[in-house]
Amino acid sequence: MSGIFLGMPVHAPRGVGALRGAEPFPVAARTALANTQLRRNLGHATATIRAKRAAVVSELDDWEELRRAGEAIKTATMTRLDEHLEQLERAFTARGGTVHWARDANEANEVVTRLVQATGEREVVKVKSMATQEIGLNEALEAVGIAAYETDLAELIVQLGHDTPSHILVPAIHRNRSEIREIFLREMAGVDPMLTDEPRMLAMAARAHLRRKFLSAKVGISGANFAVAQTGTLVVLESEGNGRMCLTLPQTLITVMGIEKLVPTWTDLEVFLQLLPRSSTGERMNPYTSTWAGRHEGDGPRDVHLVLVDNGRTATLADEIGRQVLNCIKCSACMNVCPVYERTGGHAYGSVYPGPIGAVLSPQLTGIEDNASLPYASTLCGACFDACPVRIDIPSVLVHLRAKHVEQQREDHRLPSAEALSMAAASWVMSTSTRFSAAEKASRIGRLLGARRGRITMLPPPFSGWSASRDVPLPPRESFREWWAGRGGATS
Amino acid sequence: MRIALFVTCLGDALFPDVGKATVMLLERLGHEVVFPDRQTCCGQMHVNTGYQHEALPLVRHHVEVFEPYDVVVAPSGSCVGSVRHQHAMVARRHGEERLAARAEGVGARTYELSELLVDVLGVEDVGAFFPHRVTYHPTCHSLRMLRVGDKPLRLLRNVRGIDLVELPDADQCCGFGGTFAVKNADTSTAMLADKMRNVLDTRAEVATAGDASCLMQIGGGLSRLRAGTRTLHLAEILASTEEVVA
Repeated sequence: MSGIFLGMPVHAPRGVGALRGAEPFPVAARTALANTQLRRNLGHATATIRAKRAAVVSELDDWEELRRAGEAIKTATMTRLDEHLEQLERAFTARGGTVHWARDANEANEVVTRLVQATGEREVVKVKSMATQEIGLNEALEAVGIAAYETDLAELIVQLGHDTPSHILVPAIHRNRSEIREIFLREMAGVDPMLTDEPRMLAMAARAHLRRKFLSAKVGISGANFAVAQTGTLVVLESEGNGRMCLTLPQTLITVMGIEKLVPTWTDLEVFLQLLPRSSTGERMNPYTSTWAGRHEGDGPRDVHLVLVDNGRTATLADEIGRQVLNCIKCSACMNVCPVYERTGGHAYGSVYPGPIGAVLSPQLTGIEDNASLPYASTLCGACFDACPVRIDIPSVLVHLRAKHVEQQREDHRLPSAEALSMAAASWVMSTSTRFSAAEKASRIGRLLGARRGRITMLPPPFSGWSASRDVPLPPRESFREWWAGRGGATS
Repeated sequence: MRIALFVTCLGDALFPDVGKATVMLLERLGHEVVFPDRQTCCGQMHVNTGYQHEALPLVRHHVEVFEPYDVVVAPSGSCVGSVRHQHAMVARRHGEERLAARAEGVGARTYELSELLVDVLGVEDVGAFFPHRVTYHPTCHSLRMLRVGDKPLRLLRNVRGIDLVELPDADQCCGFGGTFAVKNADTSTAMLADKMRNVLDTRAEVATAGDASCLMQIGGGLSRLRAGTRTLHLAEILASTEEVVA
């Protein structure tokens, strides 16, 4: 890494990758909420994973200590991230691998495209990876005529369905098995037309389809769950074994990883190998853990690359409150417990990172102006914070990002918004009890709205969203403070 | 004990019965209640909507009004959460370290009603009488910000005549979330629909909780549907006696 100051850290660029949605969250959510099949699929799936996670977490007496250890390791790592990254580069290079640095999605896509083109291959197989989805790698490869095949079963379903993932761990959580059967019958070459929607039959069909790809592909592309800086080791956790095929069979292996994913030592890794499977799939241990460092003669890929991607992470690291979001190990426990995610699903968030963690990560990677509705897509109920294995205080970061958004709006606009005006007015009214008391009396006019029915059923915008589904209580004839004064109660 | 009541802006303006019930209950238990009448609002709505700059004068005002008191009670988990966990944060964001320290002091002396009763006053049976079928919704901020645990349920179990039924998926948010209910009205309503389904499944006559705001959401939905189930604040049930039934 260069020691020269390269200017302010940059956000993830526009026009590439999958961090920005076409619509603000409330609009996209409205569409999702109306989809009854989606509501049923999500409700069923999240409830199942929630129960599994709760069961395996309750087995451990020291779960809270593990969470605190995970938080402490990640926080300490981030304070010296530059040193750890250089250590990782040295160790990975010493073992025969090549490290590439990419400031953003475009640079990362260019590096990977160049590496694949150098092999002369037109096809690559992929291990499930969030980083490559974030930067839009498949689209970049497709643009130069290289086909990227997803090999994770759920990613395969998403890819064949010309769909986008809606969950970090279970990208096809919005699909049920009969929908998956239809996608396979429609899109999978040579599939048995008698295919049923029995899970085992669907898995067998996918296996036959993928096995051909594994045996022919010369280039594999992966992400990484962790990198151990000390030894230059990359780590992938998965459940199917398809990842291990991609990591070992091709001649060239290219790993794309966000710069925040490293841990200093193997001792640190031990903590996360306990936290991650229990939090994500609700398993005590994940079925396949693959680790590799550089190149090994006569065993596995001969050409091994690591692409380290920033894409807004350094900018996130610069925010004292927001930086804790980079501690995320992408387990998805927060979305499985989130009452908003459970009802809207992942697509409404517009980013490859959905749910509570997406609401605090995407706006920081892109700059808040491009994902301004996401920090408000939460009731601040706090279920995510309780579930997070590295104790990211998501509600506090949401509140912080809302403040940051409002502060930025204040700087950008000379004319304050209607909301800003009403908030300033409310602040003025509520700074003294005299004004507040006068406002209470004025609000009694509201009694006229509901005079006939004894309740208020319609409010003007922007409050019409409330009254569309909920009645409003009539303002009382007498406020509490008036009652208290009438009673002659003590006021000091 | 001399207890200062922070009635909350919502309680003062829209739900005065909650404050009245809190007063009646504490006086019945032999305590003296003071209502510092310069009080207004904790500023939570401002903070949670991003307007921390506008919340700062409210935080300062709240600290000045309640600093003289040893024990403060509010019939709201959410507002106590704001006083305890957000006031110092707002002060610090504006570089006001001294105000932050004072806010932390007030926060440490401010209790949600069930905390005050069980932890400070050491009472679980408040001598209440309420002969109705009731289900209890633990509000998110009382549950996860204040960690009140089962204190409200312990108080309810000691109410004579009550038929207390467990609410399925009780710890799921009702969908209120302050301005969330307006900014994300559709999602808020979807969450409310599930909460109402669970409430109605209990066949309770009354749904209760420790926050008037969440009850405004649940009650607003039940009223719209003419569901035949009403909402009452925990304080109103605990204040209820054979002589004066809520």
